[in-house]
Amino acid sequence: MNTTVAGAPHPYITALLGGCEPAREKLAWLAERRAAALERANALTVPTTRDEEWRFTDITPLTRVPLRAAVPGPRPQAGDIERFAVAEAGIRLTFVDGAFAPELSEYAQLPHGVVVASLAAGLGSHGALIERHLARHARFEQDVFAALNTAHLRDGALIWVAKNGRCPAPIHVLHLATQDGVATYPRCLVVAEAGAELTLIEDYASLAPGPYLTDAVAEIAVGERARVRHVRLQREAGAAFHIAACAVALSRDGSYSSHAVTLGARISRHNLSVRQEGEGAEARLEGLTLISGRQLADTHTALEHGRPNGRSRQLHKCVVGGAAHAVFSGKIMVAPGAQLTNSAQESRNLLLSDKAHVDTKPQLEIFADDVKCAHGATVGQLEAEPLFYLRSRGLPEQGARNLLTYAFAAEIVDRIPVPSLVTQLRESVLAETGSAE
Amino acid sequence: MIRANSPILLEVRGLRANVAGVEILKGIDITVRAGEVHAIMGRNGSGKSTLAKALAGHPAYEVTSGTAVFEGRNVLEMAPEDRARAGLFLGFQYPVEIAGLSNAAFLRLAYNTVQGIRGQEELDPLEFDDHVRAKMKLLEMDAGFLERSVNDGFSGGEKKRNEILQMALLEPRLAILDETDSGLDIDALRVVAAGVNRLLTPQNAVVLVTHYQRMLNYIVPDYVHVMEGGRIVKTGGKDLAVELEARGYDWVTGEVAA
Repeated sequence: MNTTVAGAPHPYITALLGGCEPAREKLAWLAERRAAALERANALTVPTTRDEEWRFTDITPLTRVPLRAAVPGPRPQAGDIERFAVAEAGIRLTFVDGAFAPELSEYAQLPHGVVVASLAAGLGSHGALIERHLARHARFEQDVFAALNTAHLRDGALIWVAKNGRCPAPIHVLHLATQDGVATYPRCLVVAEAGAELTLIEDYASLAPGPYLTDAVAEIAVGERARVRHVRLQREAGAAFHIAACAVALSRDGSYSSHAVTLGARISRHNLSVRQEGEGAEARLEGLTLISGRQLADTHTALEHGRPNGRSRQLHKCVVGGAAHAVFSGKIMVAPGAQLTNSAQESRNLLLSDKAHVDTKPQLEIFADDVKCAHGATVGQLEAEPLFYLRSRGLPEQGARNLLTYAFAAEIVDRIPVPSLVTQLRESVLAETGSAE
Repeated sequence: MIRANSPILLEVRGLRANVAGVEILKGIDITVRAGEVHAIMGRNGSGKSTLAKALAGHPAYEVTSGTAVFEGRNVLEMAPEDRARAGLFLGFQYPVEIAGLSNAAFLRLAYNTVQGIRGQEELDPLEFDDHVRAKMKLLEMDAGFLERSVNDGFSGGEKKRNEILQMALLEPRLAILDETDSGLDIDALRVVAAGVNRLLTPQNAVVLVTHYQRMLNYIVPDYVHVMEGGRIVKTGGKDLAVELEARGYDWVTGEVAA
């Protein structure tokens, strides 16, 4: 993904690695992985638009912001984070500037066979489990931000559901930024054993205006016949930078659905990589990017059908107002032998102003011959007929525009498997569309 | 019903309009009084639908000259939403599908917007639900219509019923129904026509734009206007529609040419 530099490490990376001491873990395997990541972070450089994977996304503004490692600051009170609460989620892990905040978390009452804890605590009790997965799925060899995150790996969220176990309530992992001028490295590991079921809400929110950097990595292992629903909310501050990788590994007949909503940050990048490692796995990827002003939001997905009989459905929508810029790159790979793969990808984009901009790039790499792969992309503005229809019923022009924009986004929002989030997002979409011009 | 001294709702004089630079309406004169039912008939391409859309304010229809005074105001200078709020309603020939917007939310928003502007009571979702269900009964619509997206996947008949439901909710002074009969089977036509008839009062009026006479068996017009080449070439009573059905449009246009 990034070019390797010979010789001196990139000064910006060096700065971000300041405060990241060489690994002194008691656990050899973890020390090893962190050291490997540190080595890669030093060897890789900051991506530029000359890198194919970053050609639409210029992160120069990020490299101009001096960032220091986050140190514990005053913790927010429960009242400060009330507005981020998700009604259905009885279980919540809260991280403040990357550090676990047990007093803002709820994880005392867990169903049988469910572990929700901080990674640091989990290493003691579930070390072998963590060793099998942590920094195994999210590859950092060619990704400087994943390498940085892994080099800084201290803590994070651990979610584990035992074989055939179910966690009926969604699990909310809230990453809260409260300090400007810092870089934080949120981490999340989710393991659903065979036949297990869970719903994760991975949430990035802020109490600080920015700029700050969130460099996040999530890893999700979906066991045989397991089912994971993953809601991802990126509602960072307007001046924030958010760069995240999520790696999902699906075993035989496993099912994974992603509902990723991108609202915040000045510049954001979300790399979602889903690998079907077992036969008959199913992935459903839904994404909504809703940005305005001078925001840039980039979603890169890579879906790898590695085994036969895999299915995938992907729908990504961008609503772009102001002078904002959205990027969607969706790669579908069908490995040799992954016969009877059935895959469909759709990218639909709505531009709300003349200065709004979208780059959409479907990529299909198919090495099996008996497969069904469909893809399509559209970019357009609000159509005249629906607009006139609504106005002819008395709705003001701007209101009609907002409503149509809302309707465009609703297809993604309404399918989020957490009703209170649907309601909350509907409202914020309406509010956002009202101010998107 | 014709009442010579009832107030004029709409007075159109010398209306000319272009679509994509081509003149479609070439001087329309029509006067509609409260309590009246008018039918505008004509062949495809005669300008009937253009007249309907130009009066409702469709941005693609450019009025080049003439006036259209609706209850004392020149509607041609008003935005489409202001025309609607003033009490002008267009029933669409092809109602627009809006996936992602529930019909219930749309209807309530339209209803409350117009109510608010008229200084009348707005309804919360529960109150509105009762209100809209009563209106839906008149059109024999089942409650499932409310949950679905606006016109999304509706059959032709369902879309037209949804148009008349909007008319019932917005209670316009003047409803222009553009080819409301097209795409309706005979049972649906009867239901829709009965719905329109129930909404007629001595204070409001309806202009039916139609190609065929069949809807006029159910909604009896006081005046029938025949359009051809962007003009009204003949005006008569309800018998004119019957005659058109029997003799075709050539008869009228031939008479005009002669």
